[in-house]
Amino acid sequence: MVLGIDDPWVWGAYIGCILAMLLCVVYGIINWNKGGEDEEGEIKEEMEWHKKEKDMENKDLGIWDEEG
Amino acid sequence: MANNLLDLSIIVLIYLALIIYVGYVAWRRTKTADDYMVAGRSTHPFIMALSYGATFISTAAIVGFGGVAGVYGLGLLWLPFMNIIVGIFIAFVFFGKRTRKIGHNLKALTFPEFLSRRFNSRFIQYFSGAVIFLGMPLYASVVLIGMADFVHTTLSINYNIALVALAIIVSIYVVFGGIRGVMYTDALQGSIMFIGMLILFGAIYWITGGFVAGNQALTNLIHVAPAQATAVAAATGFTGWTSMPSFGSPFWWTLVSTLILGVGIGVLSQPQLAVRFMTVKSNRELNRAVLIGGIFIFVITVSAYVVGALSNVYFFNTMGKLAIQVVNGNADNIMPAFIAAALPLWFAYIFMITLLSAAMSTLSAQFHLQGTALGHDIFETVFGKKVRSSVLIARIGIIIGVIIAVILGFILPPNIIAVGTAIWYSIAAAAFLSMYAFACFWKRSTKAGVITGLVVGTLASIFWLVFEFGESAGALGICKFITGKTVLVATAPWPTVDSIVIALPIAFILTVVVSLLTKPPSKEHLDKCFSGVK
Repeated sequence: MVLGIDDPWVWGAYIGCILAMLLCVVYGIINWNKGGEDEEGEIKEEMEWHKKEKDMENKDLGIWDEEG
Repeated sequence: MANNLLDLSIIVLIYLALIIYVGYVAWRRTKTADDYMVAGRSTHPFIMALSYGATFISTAAIVGFGGVAGVYGLGLLWLPFMNIIVGIFIAFVFFGKRTRKIGHNLKALTFPEFLSRRFNSRFIQYFSGAVIFLGMPLYASVVLIGMADFVHTTLSINYNIALVALAIIVSIYVVFGGIRGVMYTDALQGSIMFIGMLILFGAIYWITGGFVAGNQALTNLIHVAPAQATAVAAATGFTGWTSMPSFGSPFWWTLVSTLILGVGIGVLSQPQLAVRFMTVKSNRELNRAVLIGGIFIFVITVSAYVVGALSNVYFFNTMGKLAIQVVNGNADNIMPAFIAAALPLWFAYIFMITLLSAAMSTLSAQFHLQGTALGHDIFETVFGKKVRSSVLIARIGIIIGVIIAVILGFILPPNIIAVGTAIWYSIAAAAFLSMYAFACFWKRSTKAGVITGLVVGTLASIFWLVFEFGESAGALGICKFITGKTVLVATAPWPTVDSIVIALPIAFILTVVVSLLTKPPSKEHLDKCFSGVK
């Protein structure tokens, strides 16, 4: 008997939930600062896209940039 | 009682004022279409994780499944196990990272747009948009019905007024605040849900004498409970609250099929959840969100099941009855009945707000998804961008979606909730799951392959739901009208087989076969899609 439960399929599920949560916690801690490497490049890319899109929209609507 | 009602009304008003304020903050920060649909791709991991979790878990998951655990016991804990492993870990770490990066590379603003650009097909975008726009109102309206019914019972407000008022409140912050309005309010609602369920989790073990002692008392209960009280459950495979149902019994099948199909698989193909991966700026946010999401789902779902099951110990010790006897056979009332009987009034208020939060957070995501599907995916794709603002079209789409949900809310009967949810999950899985998985993980999949899978999968799923799956065919009545029989083939097990079991393999196999028979996508396109994908 584990945790006051006889059936291993049931206490297994309970322990499984706890372990699954711990997996998420441990994964999160280990990788807390990983994966941010591309961030700057992506933000730059998006800003360029925005500018291009805005220019195109303005052209479509016949509104021109003051500088353009 | 009048005093209690006044207190509760004041608390609900404060809660609604907070939600509207958070929606207002979101509105101030929303300027572009990117802001409106993917929150400028710069959401904080805490907000992203809580929003994902709060959208994932609706009131039905807490009250409905908590009640089921009250009848069938802790064997249901396999469900939260799958929720955490598949719904959080696999979804974020494997699907989420690829969706985010490919979505960024292709400048996708919605889930259908992600799929359509990945496979270079505008058809995919408006067909998927149509599946969402036509399928979602049923699911949105059942959540709305559940919420209005709940407010009607607890606050004694007229059902129709509650339905309209709730729809208007949710639509205000969705229409104005876009996905930011949805996600910020989700985060607030998620926090309330977390606190409410955490208190409940502590309380149940405190009331039943501790963690091991409480479980032990539940294990022993089967030996002392009167046999006739568990007779109905036993007939379908129940053997005790801390033992699994007998192998091959109806309940065993429900548990396994709901587990593997409904939750394990269904959750991955929910567009309103998948789109959230595109709202963060890097994989780092997803890594952090895994931690937050894992704890969130654990606390919300495990405590609902544990409280539902252990309420039997409380009711048996204090009233000599089992939970299902106390609520006269209606399992949906087990959780509210336990809270009313065992916990102080202030907690009943917190629980009320917890449930309101769970429903509103699911509903807001549904409205937002429907609006962007109609506005961005269908209208803009079919007719081309004719007006300056995608946001305006999405807003009109949301309002149309809300109106349809309210109308359905007036028409549909209250017992449609479970069926409505099941229908949407089946259609979404059949239409999107294989295409989405291939989009992320199989470069050899082709446009022709996934379109075949999408169209045939959707049609097969709808056919099965209308003509063969007993629960939905019976509720819809179309098969009966045409053929005179409730379902086409009445022999077991066909009327109980979920449409996912039929439609998903069809979609999957067809996609693979047609992909292998057609020309592979160009290397150039694949490089663009998968640039930077690790």
